[in-house]
Amino acid sequence: MPSSRTEFFNGCKAELPILLGVLPFGMIYGVLALQAGLSPALAMSMSLIVFAGSAQFIGTQLIAQGAGGLVIVATTFVVNLRHALYSASVAPFIKQVPLRWQVLLAYVLTDEAYAVTITRFTQPDSSAALNKHWYYFGAGFTLWASWQISTAIGIVVGQLIPESWSLDFTLALTFIALVVPNLKDRASVAAAVSAGIMAAFSYAWPYKLGLFAAAITGIVVGMIMEQRQPHPLTPSPETKQRLSGEGE
Amino acid sequence: MNLWPIIIGMGLVTFGIRLVPIVLLGRIEIPLVMQRALRFVPPAVLTAIIVPEMLYRNSQIDVSLNNVRLLAGLIAMVVAWRTKNALITIGVGMIALWVLQYLMGPG
Repeated sequence: MPSSRTEFFNGCKAELPILLGVLPFGMIYGVLALQAGLSPALAMSMSLIVFAGSAQFIGTQLIAQGAGGLVIVATTFVVNLRHALYSASVAPFIKQVPLRWQVLLAYVLTDEAYAVTITRFTQPDSSAALNKHWYYFGAGFTLWASWQISTAIGIVVGQLIPESWSLDFTLALTFIALVVPNLKDRASVAAAVSAGIMAAFSYAWPYKLGLFAAAITGIVVGMIMEQRQPHPLTPSPETKQRLSGEGE
Repeated sequence: MNLWPIIIGMGLVTFGIRLVPIVLLGRIEIPLVMQRALRFVPPAVLTAIIVPEMLYRNSQIDVSLNNVRLLAGLIAMVVAWRTKNALITIGVGMIALWVLQYLMGPG
């Protein structure tokens, strides 16, 4: 069984390629937050306290526009609701760890940490690996530290990067690199395509609700397609029920 | 305006969303339908973020050759599919964007 240290460093390593997309994003956030009128201390604190990229971008934008506190907090809730799905997704794999671990792992749960962690958790040897929460922590901690450092760099020197470099595009490229290689069956392709179409047409909806509607559309379409043509890697309901006797 | 309560509120809401399902679902079984649904969360949510980033230019859908982000994104998708390598995908995508911007003027 891999030791806790091995799992931790494997988690850190798995997160590294993603950092190329995250670091510029954190620096851009630092620049935008100052432009929105936040003090350096507030800009840095938002990365420490909220630690959620898209919500921080929208939050600073709303602060710049003078939106009320309740609107900003409610918008954060809507934009981050997808994290509840990630949280539910990793829950069965970390139900055996103490509450203080769950609190720590919840704090570092982001799109990027989830993407590499769930890949590890669904590997065949994962159910026997008792230290796999260290892998999650390694991935989450690496992203957390990078986000804090890049925010600080953005606050200090980010203003020197010209907008013409278009570094914000690395966000879309990062997500492309995460999604495309994992479209291995017809149902997940259908989920991605339908979500993309819905997102294109609901983009102007208020409070980023279009993003949420697009996500639900993709999930439902994926499930319908899977029903029609079961995925070879997904156990049928009968198999799963038989396996559930042995735990996860 | 004092911004500290707003930032702490954003933090509490975000942390709550991330923690509650972990704590609750660790003690109950997830319904099968939800387990099936969760497999589609990453492709659905991430694609819903990618597509508007590529399609929209100045708050309008633009599917012309002038939309350099659309072209660079499509190139990155091919690279991601062929190489399955995140670093190469991001690198090629950014170089494609810079070259296209140089050729066609900034988008």
